[in-house]
Order: sequence, then C-alpha cells, then structure tokens
Amino acid sequence: MTTTEPRDAIEQVSSKFGITPEDYMLPARTEIHMLDINGKLHPSGQQGAEPGHEYPLPSPKALVDAYEQLVIGRRVNDQNSALVRQGRMAVYPSSHGQEACQVAAALCLGENDWMFPTYRDTVAVMAKGVAPMEVMAGFRGDWHSGYDPKQYKVSIQSTPLTTQLLHAVGVAHAAKLRGEDTVVLAMCGDGATSEGDFHEALNFAAVFNLPVIFFVQNNQYAISVPLSQQSVAPSLAHKAVGYGMAGERVDGNDLVALLAVLGRAVRLAREGNGPLLVEAHTYRMQAHTNADDATRYREDSEVQGWIDKDPVTRMRTYLADAGLLPQDTEARITAHAEAVATALRDGMNSENVPDPADLFAHVYSTPTTQMAEQAAMLADELAREEDAK
Amino acid sequence: MSPTATTSSAANGNVSAATAAAAARTADAGTQPVTFAKALNSALADAMALEDSVLVFGEDVGVLGGVFRITDGLTKRFGTGRCFDTPLAESGIVGMAIGMAMNGMRPVIEMQFDAFAYPAFEQIASHVAKMHNRTKGRMPLPMVIRIPYAGGIGGVEHHCDSSESYYAHTPGLKVFTPATVRDAYLMLREAIDSPDPVIFMEPKKLYWTKEQVDLEALRLSHETDAVPPTEGRAAVARSGTDATLIAYGPSVSTAMAAAEAAALEGRSLEVIDVRTIVPLDDATICESVRKTGRAVVIAEAPGFASVSSEIVARIQERCFHSLAAPVLRVTGFDTPYPAPKLEKYYLPSVDRILDAVDALQWEEGA
Ligand SMILES: Cc1ncc(C[n+]2csc(CCOP(=O)(O)OP(=O)(O)O)c2C)c(N)n1
Ligand SMILES: [Mg+2]
Repeated sequence: MTTTEPRDAIEQVSSKFGITPEDYMLPARTEIHMLDINGKLHPSGQQGAEPGHEYPLPSPKALVDAYEQLVIGRRVNDQNSALVRQGRMAVYPSSHGQEACQVAAALCLGENDWMFPTYRDTVAVMAKGVAPMEVMAGFRGDWHSGYDPKQYKVSIQSTPLTTQLLHAVGVAHAAKLRGEDTVVLAMCGDGATSEGDFHEALNFAAVFNLPVIFFVQNNQYAISVPLSQQSVAPSLAHKAVGYGMAGERVDGNDLVALLAVLGRAVRLAREGNGPLLVEAHTYRMQAHTNADDATRYREDSEVQGWIDKDPVTRMRTYLADAGLLPQDTEARITAHAEAVATALRDGMNSENVPDPADLFAHVYSTPTTQMAEQAAMLADELAREEDAK
Repeated sequence: MSPTATTSSAANGNVSAATAAAAARTADAGTQPVTFAKALNSALADAMALEDSVLVFGEDVGVLGGVFRITDGLTKRFGTGRCFDTPLAESGIVGMAIGMAMNGMRPVIEMQFDAFAYPAFEQIASHVAKMHNRTKGRMPLPMVIRIPYAGGIGGVEHHCDSSESYYAHTPGLKVFTPATVRDAYLMLREAIDSPDPVIFMEPKKLYWTKEQVDLEALRLSHETDAVPPTEGRAAVARSGTDATLIAYGPSVSTAMAAAEAAALEGRSLEVIDVRTIVPLDDATICESVRKTGRAVVIAEAPGFASVSSEIVARIQERCFHSLAAPVLRVTGFDTPYPAPKLEKYYLPSVDRILDAVDALQWEEGA
C-alpha cells in the first residue's frame, strides 16, 4: 500500500509541473481543445493550455484507432435508435453527439483498468470490449444486465445516479490495498453531479488518495433540466478543488483533446497522484430516451448549433487532411461499423425467451427455502398452462 | 463453513498479529463470563486473522474501537489498511464496500446507529440487494453491514429504531440478528463467510450482557464446521407445550422472562429465537406452533407491515388447522420510537406478553 498522504501527493505532482497545488487542482482557464470545429488542429499554445495543463498530441495510430471506434459508436447509436423505433427494444438512451467522450473513456484505460458506466454509456462499454449482444440484453428486456463485469472489468450500466461512483472508489481502494496499479474510470452526467453520492465518492477518493478518474459528460441537460438549474459553480470541473483533487475541462466533441486529457489523467492516477475530475463539454443531440420529447424544453435552433461541432465530422476532416485516412482504411472502418450494426440487428431480431426459473435462481447464491417454494409454484403454474393447451 | 485461509496474516510473517492471535486463544480458553460485545469483537478479529480480505471500516471504528467498542483493538492488531475510519458518509461507506466486494475483498462495515444507516438505503436496496441477481451470480457481494439497533437503553431520538423490516422486505439481503452471546460470535463468523450480503442487526441493549462461554471452543467449532450453521435455523430457546412465543434479537430475553413467569403459573411456553429473519425458518416455527396450537409473536418494531406481521401470516397459511386461537402479537406501537421517559410504555414487556398469552382462548381450567 502506498503510504503517500493525499496532500503530499498533490504537492509533489504540482511541483513536478512547476505550479502551485491550487493551480494544479483548478482547471485551466479555458477548456482544453485541440481541433477547431472545422477539424483543423489549433496551433500549439492555443489549445487552452497553460503551465501544468499542457497536453501532447496523441500518436497517429492512436488517433486512427480511436476514429474507428468513433465511427462504430455512431453506427451503434443510430442502429439502436432504429431498433427502438421498430419496437425491437423498449428503451435506448442514445449517446448520439457524445461518441467522442464514449470512445476516449474506453481507450484511455489499460487491460486491468475498470470502467463504471451509466445507462447512456453503451458505446463506451462496447468500446472497452464487451460483446455487443451481451450489452444489449439489458435493453431488450431479457435481464437487467447481460455481461460479466469481472470478465470485462466493466461494471453494470448503473441507473441510480452516481451510486456507481462509490463502487468505483471501492474497486480502486481494494486494488490499492493489494498493491495493484489498477486505474478506475467512473462516469456520470452533468445533472448527476447534484446527487449526494457524487460528493461522497469524490471525497472518499481524495481522502484515500485513490486512482479514480471521475469523468463527467456535461451534455447540458438532465432529461429536461438545464445545467443552470443544477449548479452555479464556475464549471463542474471546478468542484474538484473542493475535494483536493485536480479538475480539467475539455471539449467533449474533440476526440483528440479527450484522448490527451484522459490519457494524462490515467497516467497521473496510476502514478499515485490521487483522483482527478474531467468534465467534457458536449451535447445530447437526441431526446433523453425515445420516451422523451425534447421539443418541450429546448429550441431546435440550439440543437442545430451543435451539428457544426459534430465529433465524427471533425475527426474525419482532421485525419483526412493529415493524410491518415487513405481510402482503404476508411473502407475498412466503414465495413467494420456495418458489421457491428448487422450483428446488432440480427441479434435483436432473433427471439430470445428468458427462462422464468431464472427469477429465483440468482437472488441468493443458493436459493432459500422460500425461493425454492416460489419457484416450484411458478413451475407448477406453467406446467398446468402447458397441459391446458 | 469457513473459507480457505489463502493469505493468513501469520503466513505472511506478520509476527505481531500471530502473537496476538495466540494470546487471544490462551486468554479465551475455558468457560468464563463473556459479553455480547466481546463475542462480536472476537468474531471480527478471528475472521480478520484468517483472511486478509476481511476489512473493517466505518465511523470511529479505528483508534476509538467504535462507539460501542465492537471494533476495539482491530486497528492496532491488523493495521490501518484492515480496520480504518472513513469520512462521515454512510452511503459512501456502503458504496465503497460494494466496490471492494466486487474486487476481491470481504468488507465488514459498521453503521454507527440504526437510524444513521438510512442515508445508505439507496446503496443497500438498489445494489447490495440486487447485484448478485442482476449479474446472474457473476458479481457476488460478500459483505456484512453491522447495524446496532433497537431500544431499551434510554437512547435519544434516531438511536433506537428497529429497522429490520426495511431490510427483510428487500429481496437479496440476508438479515441476521443474534440474541445470545454464543450466537453473536457464531452468527457474525457465519455472516462474514457468507457469499451473500448480510445485514447484521445487533440488539444494542445486549452489548453488555454476559454469558458463560468458552470462546476458544466456539472458535474451534466454527473453524472446523463442528456446529450446524444458524442461517435459516431458528433456535428453540426454551421448550414448552402450551403455547409458542416467537421472538428475535432484543425481544428474546423478554420472551424468556415471560415464559419463566408463566411457568410459575403452571403454563408451559415454548420460546423460538428466529435468529435469521432472512432466510426465515418456517419449519421450526411451524413445528412448534403445530405442537402447541397457540402462538404470540414478539418484536420491538412497530407491528404494522413488519417482520412480526409476516411471521403471523406465514403461521396462518401453514398451521391454520393446528391453531386453537388466533395468533397474537406484542410489538412496538405504530408510533415513532419514543423519548427515553416514555420508552417503558412502548416496549413489549413481560406483562404485555403474559396478557397476550392469557388471551389465547384457553378453555376453562386450562
Ligand atoms: C437517483 C436517481 N434519481 C433520478 C433518476 C431518473 N433519471 C434518470 S436519468 C436522469 C437525468 C440525468 O441527467 P445527467 O446526469 O445529466 O445524465 P444524462 O442523462 O444527461 O446523460 C434522471 C433524473 C435516476 N436514474 N436516479
Ligand atoms: Mg446530462
């Protein structure tokens, strides 16, 4: 177990950057961005960077790999929304418009690192390697969750807002006690930062000096409620200093900047410098879910304004201009995304009949007498129905 | 059942811990007066000595040893990595314990008082109870949430709630509540070994009660599986033939005193100590009620929509034809737990239990 006191850790890392602890903890004056809305790289020095907040450009290979996941992510969102419209699943909270955040959240992590996603983070979950149809089991109504969190080091897609942040803290704490260098990335939305568990999780992570990245996708709305009604903090990233951790804001539609900022956050956390908070500034292009009507609380013109900042278009333009996207590469990426979409369609269109006996099988490690009695009752009821046919 | 000691402190060459363990064994050998608190403390220490993954944390559980001293000496013996204080945040304590259990640990956490567990209710109801089921058993949560509960100590508001029904009503949780010093030790060891999350409810008025117990013998019998598990097994705390008193936790001693008093009047009452509310031992309860034909269920919690009402319903469903009288209850009133000076009117008392027994439609002269 590392014995560094949290305060010493902050002192050490800030002096390494040659800045005060306050300047280390406070976000840079403007959000970190690397690509402009036309997909042009900002000349260095104009990236919102300042001493201690400088971010090197990720390697060309990292950028192309990330772009591939970005294209897949967009395809997954659109395919799933279509499947909802066709009645193949009840609900899908789309991250359309937020795919750069989703992809960067997955790609910044190493194999033994954990991710704690929400209901909206399906694309991130898939990008970290969870088999798409295992992810979709929850959305199509087979079971509440369909994959093995331990196998993928991806926790369940949490619905009770910010409860998962504390689980992330616990996973990191356990790893630290065993001397492992696991980093944990914990995700939530802008509205969720008002929840009590958000506060408790950030405070615990800081007090125990744990390697947790709190990644807030600020998509401006919590269902219908705009951020201005959640918080009057200068930014959500500014909340970090209140806990004694570093905060940073990043353009959430700029995959290059996201990879750089989250990449550095993961490195810093792994080196024992404690938790970090990263706020990504993005936009939920579609309604909260298919069941929501966004026209009741926001103007269409506002949505239109964000189309220009589309993360996929920007990244594609940049890579193409940089000569990193030859035709065969693009064709391969498109084919890959199409294959994922086809697999989703085929999977969702095939009937899967859940076994009613499963209702009782997993409540406890071994069904109690009462569970067994109720299972027998249902089995008997079903047998009689079968006989009556 | 004891988990295999994969990484015992002694095997790690932690000499002082090994010495402490040996010293405890010598001191505990032989029958001697042991408090309920000491039994719990020994159960924690023994489980921690056996497995490095057992961690204890909560509010004031470190150097202070907990406000009831149940974790006394654990930080000193096992270090701050194994028993430590957290910031004041109950949801945080339970939520972090969930993550630790997800990642190979067996946290045993303390809620300082019954009513102060309420901030953690979302974590308990939405995750502790549901993680195993929603992942089809792929993500078990072996963890214990210890909660000092119930009244009878003249405590102020928020320090005397009987909150067991909230947990018992939530599928996925196991709810244990010991009533004797012996069970305090054995049931806590069992809870820590359990692959399922256990809400471990400690009747706080019993912390200072003493029983003649050989802790070293208990330790050995637990670790060699020489005693049957208590989970799902109610205890017949006193045998009788005329009526059955069913109680748990803080009410067992009251029921025993009532049975004692009834015996003086020539009435033979059987007392069932439920021990684990979830899973409930319908078999032992029903066997007794079928034998006696009469029953009174006793609990401190308000009776409305409670564990006591559940037990009555189950007896009625299963033993209707054996019953000579309606099953009655003696419970807390359906009011908030009262201020100290009114507590005596609220709590189930020996007299109130005897009145209920008298009302069980006895034939003339019986
Ligand atoms: C504890 C809790 N309260 C309320 C809800 C209902 N709910 C689901 S999503 C949501 C909005 C969350 O907004 P935000 O955190 O910004 O995330 P976004 O949906 O925008 O990704 C609400 C209120 C919930 N899931 N959990
Ligand atoms: Mg939002």
